[in-house]
Amino acid sequence: MKSRFTFLLVGLVLAAMPFAVAQQTGGLRLPKTVEAGSAFSIQSTGSGKAVLYIVGTGQVLRRNVQLGETTFFAPADLHNAGHYLAALVEGSSTETGAFDVIAAHQPAALSFLAKPSRLAVDLHDGISGVVYVFDIFRNLILAPTQVSFQLSGVTRSVQMRTVLTHNGVAWTKMNSAAKEGVAQFVARVGDVASTRVIQQVPGNPCHLRMSARPSGQRLAVETEPVRDCSGNALSDGTIVTFTETYTGGESTVDVPLKRGVARTDMPAYSGARISVATGVFIGNEILWRKER
Amino acid sequence: MKRPLFIVCSLFAAIFALGSDPPAVRVEPTDSVGPRPLEKQTETAVIRDYLQAWRSLSGAFEQNRADLLDQDFTGAAKEKLADTIQEQVKLGIHTRYRDSAHDLRLVFYSPEELSVQLVDTVEYDMQILDGQKVQTTQHVRARYVAVLTPTEVRWKVRVFQAEPE
Repeated sequence: MKSRFTFLLVGLVLAAMPFAVAQQTGGLRLPKTVEAGSAFSIQSTGSGKAVLYIVGTGQVLRRNVQLGETTFFAPADLHNAGHYLAALVEGSSTETGAFDVIAAHQPAALSFLAKPSRLAVDLHDGISGVVYVFDIFRNLILAPTQVSFQLSGVTRSVQMRTVLTHNGVAWTKMNSAAKEGVAQFVARVGDVASTRVIQQVPGNPCHLRMSARPSGQRLAVETEPVRDCSGNALSDGTIVTFTETYTGGESTVDVPLKRGVARTDMPAYSGARISVATGVFIGNEILWRKER
Repeated sequence: MKRPLFIVCSLFAAIFALGSDPPAVRVEPTDSVGPRPLEKQTETAVIRDYLQAWRSLSGAFEQNRADLLDQDFTGAAKEKLADTIQEQVKLGIHTRYRDSAHDLRLVFYSPEELSVQLVDTVEYDMQILDGQKVQTTQHVRARYVAVLTPTEVRWKVRVFQAEPE
């Protein structure tokens, strides 16, 4: 008898709990907010039959209800966050109210935009990451949520930032590493993570030096390995331009880097000036005099 | 007794249907929208396309035609709205949304220019029709959060979600 009474008491308390945050609008007792995917109930007053509409841009529900009874909604019934209008229609009379469905608290998916996917080494704030945090129902979680960003690559150094979302979004900027190679850019919220790959390539040339030697009736010109300011060899295929100026003319040869070096033959005019450049970077100049 | 009531209802429905004055739009000045400054032209385009999205939504929900969303919505927003329209079709109901005022604030422009987020305190009249019968008309004020992303010719709404004010 005692256990039955206790059970009844606990049942009453549990049944009353959802209404702790409920609102009464006319003959409707609605929750103020419902977490997406949670069960909830709506209490009506009066007697007889009516139709209950729950309408929003996110979902639409219609239930035949018995006035004076509680209408229960299962966890899966309302899962899209939004503002919902509840209308209880009985013949010509209508009771209305409104409530909000908010995103579930547990993050389930990240929309992670990382840019660019390829950039030069050693750039301050060169990489940006933006994360939108969603729940399992693809609702944007608007409550502040901690997002950790991590950029790790070929070097041992790891850049980390922790950012709180604002209106469901968090962003950060990271520096590209001094050494070329692939970096992993990871955004994480709790157990949910998303990874983007960032290719870090050598920057602008910082060292361009060539030498020349006779090669039969011509001159063989060759650069030293071309490197950026961090010492990374420039990518093969980068065009190096050799220009020879001599009395009455000029010769220009464009050569792609091969294994970090560019080499070619030029006419061997005595008194010619030979210069080398790649992009806007100019290397050394050689004045060639034919030996007697 | 029933006749005057019918006339009043018809009049009200007609006013609702014809009440297509453009909504009052107020845009809060944007001091900072995160990591990237928002150019005036971009701001204008985003607001224009967002307001157009409301018109598309209104038509789609009233006519129960999800295809009307295609021009202005994309991704999860489009799928969710289309699902709601399918629910309406199944239940034999449709809804009329008439936005009367938007109070807009652009809150985030991503550094790679691939998303803009705005917050809109919107006022609209909403009608629920079961079959052809108007069940209720309510004036609603809600706060929407929207994320728009650029496509070839316009910004499209990718996230469209009301939240408690």
